[in-house]
Amino acid sequence: MPGVPLQHVLLVGLVLFALGLYTVLTRRNAIGILMGIELLLNAANVNYVAFARYSGAPTDGQIFAIFVVMLAAAEAAVGLAIVLGIYRNFESIDVDATHALRH
Amino acid sequence: MEQLLLPAIDWLAVLPVGLTSILGLVLLALGLFVDDDETLGWITLIGLAVTAVATACLAGQKSITFNGTFALDAYALFFDLLFLVAGIVVVLMSMTYLEGTGIPSGDYYGLLAFAIAGMIVMASATDLIVVFLGLEIMSISVYVLAGAWRTQLRSNEAAMKYFLLGAFATGFLLYGIALVYGATGAFRLDRIATAVGDTPNRTMLIAGVAMLIIAFGFKVAAVPFHMWTPDVYEGAPTTVTALMAVAVKAAGFAAFVRVFLHGFGGLHADWSMLLWVIAALTMTVGNVLALAQRNVKRMLAYSSIAHAGYILVALVASGAAGGTAALFYLLVYSFMTLGAFGVVAALGSVGEPNETLDDYAGIGFRRPLLGVTMTIFMLSLTGIPPLAGFAGKFYVFTAAIREGYYVLAVIGVLNSAISSAYYVRVLIAMYLTPGAEEHGRVARQPYLLTSIVVSAVMTVVVGVFPALWMQLARFGFLSL
Amino acid sequence: MGAALFLLVAALTVVAALGVILHPNPVKSALFLVVTLFLLAAVFVLLEAHMIAALQIIVYAGAIMVLFLFVIMLLNLRNDDPERGRRRYVLRGLAWIGGVALAIELALLVRGASVGSAGSAPAGYGGAAAVARSLYTDFLLPFELTSILLLAAVVGAVVLAQKQRRPTLS
Repeated sequence: MPGVPLQHVLLVGLVLFALGLYTVLTRRNAIGILMGIELLLNAANVNYVAFARYSGAPTDGQIFAIFVVMLAAAEAAVGLAIVLGIYRNFESIDVDATHALRH
Repeated sequence: MEQLLLPAIDWLAVLPVGLTSILGLVLLALGLFVDDDETLGWITLIGLAVTAVATACLAGQKSITFNGTFALDAYALFFDLLFLVAGIVVVLMSMTYLEGTGIPSGDYYGLLAFAIAGMIVMASATDLIVVFLGLEIMSISVYVLAGAWRTQLRSNEAAMKYFLLGAFATGFLLYGIALVYGATGAFRLDRIATAVGDTPNRTMLIAGVAMLIIAFGFKVAAVPFHMWTPDVYEGAPTTVTALMAVAVKAAGFAAFVRVFLHGFGGLHADWSMLLWVIAALTMTVGNVLALAQRNVKRMLAYSSIAHAGYILVALVASGAAGGTAALFYLLVYSFMTLGAFGVVAALGSVGEPNETLDDYAGIGFRRPLLGVTMTIFMLSLTGIPPLAGFAGKFYVFTAAIREGYYVLAVIGVLNSAISSAYYVRVLIAMYLTPGAEEHGRVARQPYLLTSIVVSAVMTVVVGVFPALWMQLARFGFLSL
Repeated sequence: MGAALFLLVAALTVVAALGVILHPNPVKSALFLVVTLFLLAAVFVLLEAHMIAALQIIVYAGAIMVLFLFVIMLLNLRNDDPERGRRRYVLRGLAWIGGVALAIELALLVRGASVGSAGSAPAGYGGAAAVARSLYTDFLLPFELTSILLLAAVVGAVVLAQKQRRPTLS
């Protein structure tokens, strides 16, 4: 992408990371937090692809991005299964409302 | 059609991880047909034992395979054996513990095998991609194991907390690796190590390293990334807690030490300052909060945080002495912690966790074996000679002093003194507090008791003859 | 042309991501996330990572987000109304401060970055053939490890979500 400096691309990743962080810290329901985590993963992915493109175009950065997408799929499957299990037991997936462990 | 050129592969290097993965597959398949939990447990035991023997036979081999991303060296073998032995002890505990919990044992043991496969990958990985994948194989399996007791609310909640915090840490890990990749242009540790010296993007590299510290900090439960630990350790099935406190933590350190001493060795001056603070905080916060606990399982969770602090001290000291001490401490810590959680598991039963100090009243006389072994574990965790915990702390603090970290060593020793208060309180409860009347017959727990006795024997043996084990740790560390 | 297009896509991505974090309704929030992922696929195309752009849409926006939406609708989640407690506000404030501080800090650091510039990439860069060649040779081990990871995840999801097979002994 001639004409666009690397910094601008990294900035996109950065903003996504900050927004993801914000989501994880403020959302109370598990799925909201999980969506914040997806933003974090995508922020990293933008960086991998951008760094690879701007440093002589090796493929390794892109390969890592593929593994990250794969991980996102695995995490989503397990995470949502956990959420379903919780919901069956608690009728709520509010992280603060689950208090079996708060004596 | 062009030919794909496969990299040279040393199959011996992937033997341990291959065998454990196959074991996992076999267990998953058998779980569908075999309904007997005990049989499945025995198959797991035999599989892990065979893998351990095969792994031990690899001693002396040294190679790097798959394009320099996977190492077979004494360091990897040391940790492989540690994970496998810890796995065997956990399986022994589980064979008694799973009874009546409704946890499907085929899936449980299969995921346990996968978790160990992930740990083995972490110990061998010389490439950040492989570290990341090993970490995730382990973590995903353990998230599920933590929530495997589905009728227990607290097990569900433990799984959710562990998953959310773990996935959050993964975000940091990935972003950190991305920054390191941007600064050095490599994922392989040896290439990173050569690029670290003359990268034009030093600040970016440091930021990446800091994010990796956060990510590993979550995995090994270092303060201030420990908030999940007490809840998760308390809520998970006790056998899984033992696995998390011992093997998961050891795997975290295995990757941590290799990545930081090998890949970022050139930046030691930068990251050791940060780790210094984290180590001091981890020891102090872990021990002080443990003082307030009435629930023994929760207290052991804080204790495991504190012990991560001692290992971090060794990591800060770095060098041959520090690295060896870290490995030795992990070995020692594993046996005493496995044993302690074993006792917690032995005293509980389905529906009656019996985890508070009040439940321990008079146990020393009612269940003499548990009393004696728990005494060994508590005294060893405190660091009383001649038990293993003393030797571990001795080497760690000596290494710190040798490298000039006097203040850190003093903080560590003071913390050991604090820790004696809550460890001894368990002994007081067991022997000096009058307990309730004998209620009913004690269940037979042959496997669980075996695992406890094995841990106790190892705690004593390593403590009385530390030189041999120290030698193993030294071999391991020097092969890095 | 490329630069203007990138700026447009980047701006839209950030707006969509803001939608994810600010919209209280989980379904709409998830839909914003789908939009974000699509726009990121466009960013990947501009960076000549065509294979990843395709995976981003097929796997991420297609499969993963459908799973999200499915679970959200299955659970019939209500709005994630942050309670008006003071603790919430404190946490929110801290999160904003932390997020902004992190962003500024990293932005400063990224500004100083000097990584090579984007010359013209080699022919076929980022296409399926180039990625596959790399994946099946240099990254064979990670590729195989992925299979264990996915298997563990699938088994785990089934273990956690299936109906209880055996009741607990009384």
